Amino acid sequence: MRKPLIVRILSGLDTPAWIALVVFLVLSLVAVPVLHLMVPEDSAFHVSTYAITLVGKIMCYALVAIAMDLVWGYGGILSLGHGLFFALGGYAFGMYLMRQIGRDGSYQSDLPDFMVFLDWKELPWFWLGSDSFGWVAFLVMAVPALVAFVFGYFAFRSRIKGVYFSIITQALTYAAMLLFFRNETGFGGNNGFTDFKRILGYGITTSEMRLVLFGLTALALAATLIFAAWLVKSKFGRVLTAIRDAESRVMFIGYNPLWYKLTIWTISAVLCGIAGALYVPQVGIINPSEMSPGNSIEIAIWVAIGGRGTLIGPVIGAFVVNLAKSWFTVSFPEYWLFFLGLLFIVVTLMLPQGLVGLWKKVMDKKGAAA
Amino acid sequence: MIKKLLVVLLCASGLNAQAALDPAQIRRLAADDSSDKVAAIRQITQTAEPDAVRVLKAMSEDSLFLAGDKVVIVDGDNAFDAASGAPIKAPADPESITVNNRIRGELAGALAALKLFDANVAVRLASAQKLQSNVSADMAPLLARALDKETDNRIKKLLTLAHAQANLGNADPAARLAAVKALAETSSPTIKSVLLPLTEKTGEADDKVRYAAIEAVKAIDSRLAMAENVGRAFSGLSLGSILLLGALGLAITYGVMGIINMAHGELLMVGAYATYGMQSLFRAVLPDYIDWYLPAAIPVAFFAAALVGVVMERTVIRWLYGRTLETLLATWGISLVLIQAARVLFGAQNVEVSNPSWMSGGIEIMPNLMLPWNRIIIVGFAMFVLFIVWVLMNKTRLGMFVRAVTQNRPMAGCVGVPTARIDTMAFALGAGIAGLGGVALSQISNVGPDMGQGYIVDSFMVVVVGGVGQLAGAVWAALGLGIFSKLLEGWAGAVIAKISILVCIIIFIQKRPQGIFALKGRFVE
Repeated sequence: MRKPLIVRILSGLDTPAWIALVVFLVLSLVAVPVLHLMVPEDSAFHVSTYAITLVGKIMCYALVAIAMDLVWGYGGILSLGHGLFFALGGYAFGMYLMRQIGRDGSYQSDLPDFMVFLDWKELPWFWLGSDSFGWVAFLVMAVPALVAFVFGYFAFRSRIKGVYFSIITQALTYAAMLLFFRNETGFGGNNGFTDFKRILGYGITTSEMRLVLFGLTALALAATLIFAAWLVKSKFGRVLTAIRDAESRVMFIGYNPLWYKLTIWTISAVLCGIAGALYVPQVGIINPSEMSPGNSIEIAIWVAIGGRGTLIGPVIGAFVVNLAKSWFTVSFPEYWLFFLGLLFIVVTLMLPQGLVGLWKKVMDKKGAAA
Repeated sequence: MIKKLLVVLLCASGLNAQAALDPAQIRRLAADDSSDKVAAIRQITQTAEPDAVRVLKAMSEDSLFLAGDKVVIVDGDNAFDAASGAPIKAPADPESITVNNRIRGELAGALAALKLFDANVAVRLASAQKLQSNVSADMAPLLARALDKETDNRIKKLLTLAHAQANLGNADPAARLAAVKALAETSSPTIKSVLLPLTEKTGEADDKVRYAAIEAVKAIDSRLAMAENVGRAFSGLSLGSILLLGALGLAITYGVMGIINMAHGELLMVGAYATYGMQSLFRAVLPDYIDWYLPAAIPVAFFAAALVGVVMERTVIRWLYGRTLETLLATWGISLVLIQAARVLFGAQNVEVSNPSWMSGGIEIMPNLMLPWNRIIIVGFAMFVLFIVWVLMNKTRLGMFVRAVTQNRPMAGCVGVPTARIDTMAFALGAGIAGLGGVALSQISNVGPDMGQGYIVDSFMVVVVGGVGQLAGAVWAALGLGIFSKLLEGWAGAVIAKISILVCIIIFIQKRPQGIFALKGRFVE
């Protein structure tokens, strides 16, 4: 008899990974709130608002990186357009946040400020229901899933792969960026959405709300890790890896790669959408530049530097690159692009397996020496 | 100078033995009332006599006087009878004729109209051209007369238009109808705006004329639209040429090595900055030959970009064979480094690259259609580069090797083609062509650190649509995409055009995943 699904899902991780995960959850759900709220601000142990926002943001990025790793590291599909799904999720939740502003905007209107500015009299149809949290939470996942499914169906069906696929995804996010830059599209044009006030009626800038968002992000990250660990070890994951390594052979055995690719592609898009929805309230702004091709390529480098085909790798990569980014852009802003560019080059040339691969190598050598 | 001119005019009038102006008419120029003066000026203009020019000119120069009952022209010590032009004794105490601003304006118009009767063709032409935009109804008889006398075909055409415009105010509906029909043959927006009021009941009482006017506006509109579309197609052609220069190199490197060079746009940038560098160098060292900086920049840009390309290939890309997706990332990294390097070296602002003087201006094909020289030259330049590349690829040993490696790398290696060296050469060639694209781009758009980014997606699309390893594919795809996107742009706006093109491309590769011109033969996956 097969074990129940929930047990199988939970058994995707091995014991050390479970320990790490529990430690992580305790830290982010208990330690951080306590250190932020209880410890006085001048204490060395105080966790500042800046730190919470920064780490919360990076956890969203890590979620995107895992999503990217699922398609690239396990499926062999390099997407240069994952920023699109991230931004779609962000925009979907942003609609809700805009509606929650209510009449507190600068024009004191029921409509979001940018619509008043454009002299629109009523909400466009796609904003229908955007004041309901439940509907928007559904949209956060459904919109990226739909876009990914339709695009992926046509792309995978005609067996577009390799660099061709990457280029087309880049074009996709580029086109979407242009679309969202237009005022007429109905998503605030250049400026996007900002000046959010509350979620579910609670103020968005309060410490409590920040901690709740932070905790939710940590939970989402942990849940994604558990889910992904199960997924890649399941039969589905095995076939997916086989498609990555030798698509033609898998086809000859009798599998249709289309549905495997399409499934992982859509799941990945949904994860990105969730990450985007968690990201927007923490950062307080969403605009079309999130869809710029450069942003999407950067996601790939997080995965590459951490280690493709591992689940912890993308998380490490997202943290390393983004912490470096926050440090560089404050200390030496003009060198950040040099550093990022060299990182792309060095990682692909010297560290094909990323930091995780390097760690394994070092450990293996130690083991061999001992 | 004026004296000489007057003498010439006098002689001319004498030779032609034309009847002198009516003295009574001339006398009225000295009337007390401004309105009388204006009427007189108009009457005199209608005669279209060469003498009229003389008199009106004198009046506008304040050298027309009233001596007793005679109007005389006083020029220094000499004096002439205004009506006959005969020299007379300078009057003792001439009374000056007041010329106020209203009359001055009337005189200027009259003199301009009279230029239509000048002996010099160029003067007549200039005058007729001036009349195209500004004709009043009472000039119709004058224009008719000028039209009668005119022998030059070009001027005749212009005069016909002016005459028709003047006739639009005619009281006779038949004359108006004829005028409208004549104007329907034109294609200028100004004439359209002249005709527009006639399409309304308030502007034109006669039904026939009104319908004719509506038809005429339609005809002009369709011609204007055509001119606009031709103009768009042409700017699409020049955009396509730039895309072609960008995509040629990309297609070669992708064909040969199977890698997509994300830093290709930055090689365009290198070429553009090389152009900027040559311009600065010429400005500093050879300011007299500044117009020559552009031809000098062509080889410099080619070799600068090719050098960057060789360095890229030797240090990075070489080590990533068989790992195409990683190459994508590594070359993206290179592009970031190059962009930042340009920012550090030249500043984050755009630098100014000006067209050489021989590239400014253009050819006017229709009144609202101007083909600028810089775009014409870019199209020609792209064709030239294409030709060179075609020769290189099809008629030289290097080209043969490149094609061999594109088709089957292991087999080419087996028969002794130095594949590694061919890779470097092909990469350098592709980079150099991108550099040439940068030279062309510097002439029509901004030169700045980010300039390459805008073209890279389009260049990729060209490669995707055109298929790899074949020049023909790149050519058709580049020109097609360029023209198609410009036409769509005029119709639906730039953003919608771009998006619909991307959608079209995605649909297109459903049908032909290998592009328009797929290489035939077996492929090893």
